[in-house]
Amino acid sequence: MRGFLARLRETAHLMVGLPSYAAYLRHMAERHPERTPMSEPEFFRDRQEARYGGKNGGRCC
Amino acid sequence: MRHLPWIVFAVVGAFALSVIATERGEPINALWIVTAAVCIFLVAYRYYALYIAKHVMRLDPSRPTPALRRADGLDYVATEKTVLFGHHFAAIAGAGPLVGPVLAAQMGYLPGTLWILAGVVLAGAVQDFMVLFISMRRDGRSLGELVRMEMGAAAGTIALFGTLMIMIILLAVLALIVVKALAESPWGMFTVAATVPLAMAMGAYARWIRPGKVGEVSLIGFVGLILAIIYGQQIAASPVWGPIFTFTPVQLCWLLIGYGAVASVLPVWLLLAPRDYLSTFLKIGAIAALALCIVIMAPPLRMPALTQFVDGSGPVWAGTLFPFLFITIACGAVSGFHSLIASGTTPKLIASEAHAPFIGYGAMLMEAFVAVMALVGASILDPGIYFAMNSPAAVLGPDAASAAAAVTNMGFPITADALTQAAKDVGEATIISRTGGAPTLAVAMAEIFSHVIGGPGMKAFWYHFAILFEALFILTAVDAGTRAGRFMLQDLIGLVAPRFRDTNALAPGLVATGLCVAGWGFFLYQGVTDPLGGVNTLWPVFGISNQMLAAMALMFCTAVLFRMKRERYAWVTAIPTAWLLICTVSAGWLKLFSPDPKIGFLSHAAKFSEAAARGEVLAPAKSMAEMDRIIFNDRIDAALCALFLAVVLSLLFFAVKTCIAARRSSEPTAREIPASAVPAE
Repeated sequence: MRGFLARLRETAHLMVGLPSYAAYLRHMAERHPERTPMSEPEFFRDRQEARYGGKNGGRCC
Repeated sequence: MRHLPWIVFAVVGAFALSVIATERGEPINALWIVTAAVCIFLVAYRYYALYIAKHVMRLDPSRPTPALRRADGLDYVATEKTVLFGHHFAAIAGAGPLVGPVLAAQMGYLPGTLWILAGVVLAGAVQDFMVLFISMRRDGRSLGELVRMEMGAAAGTIALFGTLMIMIILLAVLALIVVKALAESPWGMFTVAATVPLAMAMGAYARWIRPGKVGEVSLIGFVGLILAIIYGQQIAASPVWGPIFTFTPVQLCWLLIGYGAVASVLPVWLLLAPRDYLSTFLKIGAIAALALCIVIMAPPLRMPALTQFVDGSGPVWAGTLFPFLFITIACGAVSGFHSLIASGTTPKLIASEAHAPFIGYGAMLMEAFVAVMALVGASILDPGIYFAMNSPAAVLGPDAASAAAAVTNMGFPITADALTQAAKDVGEATIISRTGGAPTLAVAMAEIFSHVIGGPGMKAFWYHFAILFEALFILTAVDAGTRAGRFMLQDLIGLVAPRFRDTNALAPGLVATGLCVAGWGFFLYQGVTDPLGGVNTLWPVFGISNQMLAAMALMFCTAVLFRMKRERYAWVTAIPTAWLLICTVSAGWLKLFSPDPKIGFLSHAAKFSEAAARGEVLAPAKSMAEMDRIIFNDRIDAALCALFLAVVLSLLFFAVKTCIAARRSSEPTAREIPASAVPAE
């Protein structure tokens, strides 16, 4: 079982649209071992752009 | 035996509800409402949500979700249930469930409470859950695409158009709430203005110094916010700085329009993203703290269960209980906007179909709980203060003495001294006619928080904390909403001029942004200069449009159930659809054609144009130019109502057509991705 704090941290990150970088690395290693994954800052910027710059900008009333 | 705890919840809930409904004369404790809500929500989740999951949707945990089929580590990520719940709740909860119930309190706490409880269980949570389910079975597509897939291209375009109009009204109403909360309030204005440089500093930090350290940068921002609130008091008191941060509503309106235009073309990392961190965490934290403090304080409700204003003569908004209560509390009971969120990022992150009830239905129950707390907040205030804050200036007159007399006349005795003292307690020059719901909620939150932390001396701090918390996430919504509106507009204009679709080209983007800002700016300016206070006029239009979107989403869900050949369960969505159609169509109709000029836009316009033809100036207008503006605004609002009615009725036509066609077919025609489909690479 993962610690409560780690889960809280992950929740807070996903609330602002930042998925887990560790999960991304795991995915890349499993499915696309031939490609170089994005570094953490690149990953962060990519997700920021995807959340706010794209069509997912709608926030609720 | 396994039903035993649930029976206990049901009995406790029913008992609490009966206390709320039957207690007369004696003020009841807020905890009765909280208890009733929690018990009803738990029972509804355990039985109704799981019934829908098992029989209506037939969720299949072994069926791969989009997060598994299309896993990419970025958009499609199988996410733990509780983590995703937080994400989804943060996306759906906004200002709506806080403001609507505060406005609805003018009829007493009982009608609002009953509508929130029944509405969320039977309509709101069902809508969110169903849309999530439908999107989850179709690769996490958005509502517009889903409607196009299942009901045809014409229906899809109408839905997209309707959504855009609703977005524009929503942004105008949200901006109006900020204007009402910050006008003539240097302390509030300073703290909100301070968030702009603060967010930019945070943005630079997260971009270059420590990329991706969201927690760290948010903590720095939070400390900055608290300092801004603390120093805001001295700034407001300063003879030099105080006047610089004091703005009239019209000045604030132009500031906001300019802000919206600039902010929505800035790079996202500079202002939008960092402020979103602050507003999201502040929102979640404040909601949790409010729940905790209400339980600790256990305040009695001072608002009567029912006021005389159920007959439609209320000063906060015009109209009788049916249908107008049901559109005033939109978010919290049922919110059409959620259908966009439930078909947004959440369906792409869900790890198993078995998680859908908890996330789709459960998160909406949580939002209803927020609405219940807002209603409790408004109801623990002295009703005299509530009506002095929420009635239009035209009713209250120029000063505390006239306001106290007017409110006492309504049957809620209050003295001028009490009003002045209440304003002083929260560090404001006046609380008279601070409409829009946000200031009222802030006074209530100051009351509740200061009871637990800091005592009466901290009231002013907590009041400005609450205003900041509301203004912050409204500004984030204005900024993000303008961007989203821009893309919708480009999509729509692209139907006739395909070159407009290019989201990377500069000119179409700027034109679409300009149009979007001009759209909500127009309604904002209209609201700010409305002699009746704006909220009075705009909130019902927003409520009607939001509930119509919900009706549209539920019609779509019904059509999908027919296409799945599950029409024997279609009542699950058809009953709330019918109720919402009855409420919104009759409210829209009354707003258009009611002979009472307080309610009907056209009769109001007729009354004023007749007077203008006679050369008479009617209050609250002060000149012929103001008369003309009132008439023009009335006609625009009437046209908007007519447009919303046309959108919802044409979608009803398409939904019925789809259902009839689906019944004729002997096979299911819903276009789900088959359970056996191989994952895409």
